[in-house]
Amino acid sequence: MPGKAVPIPTPETQPYWDGCAAGELRIQRCVDCGEPYFYPRPLCPSCGSGNVEWFTASGRATLYSYVINHRPGPGFEDDGPYAIAVVQLAEGPRMMTSLVGVPATPSALILDMPLQVTFEQRGGISLPVFAPAGEEGQ
Amino acid sequence: MSRGDVIIAGAAETDEIGRLPDHSTLGLHIEAARNAVADAGLTMRDIDGIATVSAPGPVQVAHALGIYPDWLDGTGIGGTSFLLHVRHAAAAIRAGYARTILITHGESGRSRVGVAPRRMDLSSPPGQFEAPYGTLGPTTTFTIPVLRYMKDYGLTHEQLAYVAVAQREWAAKNPRAMYRDPITVDDVLASRMVAYPFHLLECCLVTDGGGALVVTSADRAADFPKPPVHVLGTGEASETPMISQMLDFTESQMFRRAGRSAFTEAGITVGDVDHVMIYDAFAHVPIYGLEALGFVKKGEAGPFIADGNTSPGGPLPLNTNGGGLSYTHTGMYGMFAIQEGVRQIRGEAAAQLDRADVSVIVGNGGMFASCGVLVLGRQPR
Repeated sequence: MPGKAVPIPTPETQPYWDGCAAGELRIQRCVDCGEPYFYPRPLCPSCGSGNVEWFTASGRATLYSYVINHRPGPGFEDDGPYAIAVVQLAEGPRMMTSLVGVPATPSALILDMPLQVTFEQRGGISLPVFAPAGEEGQ
Repeated sequence: MSRGDVIIAGAAETDEIGRLPDHSTLGLHIEAARNAVADAGLTMRDIDGIATVSAPGPVQVAHALGIYPDWLDGTGIGGTSFLLHVRHAAAAIRAGYARTILITHGESGRSRVGVAPRRMDLSSPPGQFEAPYGTLGPTTTFTIPVLRYMKDYGLTHEQLAYVAVAQREWAAKNPRAMYRDPITVDDVLASRMVAYPFHLLECCLVTDGGGALVVTSADRAADFPKPPVHVLGTGEASETPMISQMLDFTESQMFRRAGRSAFTEAGITVGDVDHVMIYDAFAHVPIYGLEALGFVKKGEAGPFIADGNTSPGGPLPLNTNGGGLSYTHTGMYGMFAIQEGVRQIRGEAAAQLDRADVSVIVGNGGMFASCGVLVLGRQPR
């Protein structure tokens, strides 16, 4: 039975995964228009400029939306129902993630609740996940 | 070019839909093609253009049918692809690149006969940034936006469930629908949780089947046994390869953009529409579709459906075959939505409407990833 998916970095995304390995959420922003963005790519999706830079995001986020999945993906068979969430970073971009340190129940997962990034080790990759703010990080 | 100068002259599904373990995906394409070409009163020799999704692909399908086409389209962007094929075929016919185009769909979605295994590329953006979080296909991704919509616009669990109830009312009238027994909101909410807030009855079926279309120019309309279905307007758009990057979780930009293109080309407004098909992979998709195309205002589609407006006898008949939730859903359902639009305009649907002069078909590909919209009409405009 295959385990949980381990992402395979590409040259464009390697700095993101290097940041995660260092315990930092590094994303990109456009030097010309100032817009931060995710996922990693070499052109600004807002203005098309190639003049982009990496920076370390605060790791703060809010819960934008989620499902509680009852039909587990590969490697998640023993986890019970688990949340697949999309969070909005304090800097603006959104990303998919897992939620840790909180029960995967509708009553515990309240939209817009504050979250903080933390990292889970998996197959040589450090994977950003989010926990309720105040319980992890900060 | 004039509105409606291209027609659908032939349209048919496979002999049966549902559970067909004795048919491969390619076999379903072939059966659907045979039926649609016969429906148009033609033979394979008359076909000079072919379109289908990337697997098995237009070259394979053409060869299997004994067709050596002069025009091919292998657009494969999920379940809406066939709506784009109609759009591209209309353009090709106007340009003189082809005269009689066959569009085919076949999918052994349930029995998985003759189907390539699906593998996630873990170096792709979805592979790196979504798959590690335990996604497993549409039930875990297409569904994610709706809690945000519910919080921001007040959609209730009961209203979401009612989408499935309304469509079962249509399916009850259709002998080919997989599920026909009436259901209640309580039945939907009591069905097994798949991905909160979605219960089993709010998720589409997984079936085997196929369908095909013959598209040609309207000046030949008198040559065919069935009444012509005019292609009045078309649109296409894409939004995102990853649900996490959908621009706004409470609305589909791609539905709106493709819908606007199609309505503008057709010269219609929502008031001209008699019949609507909106790709219902999950119960929330018709809600997003009705709002994006302007049939109701933002936040109103849930109550609109729950009040019976899209049910049999209601003013805006929606998904009259029973939809992906109750009729069939092979994986790429768009072909079946087009087929029902054609049947309604021809007057041969199982749940035939009294008036079906203009039908709007809204297709979805992937998880709010890609969209095609067709405006079909009984008359050119």
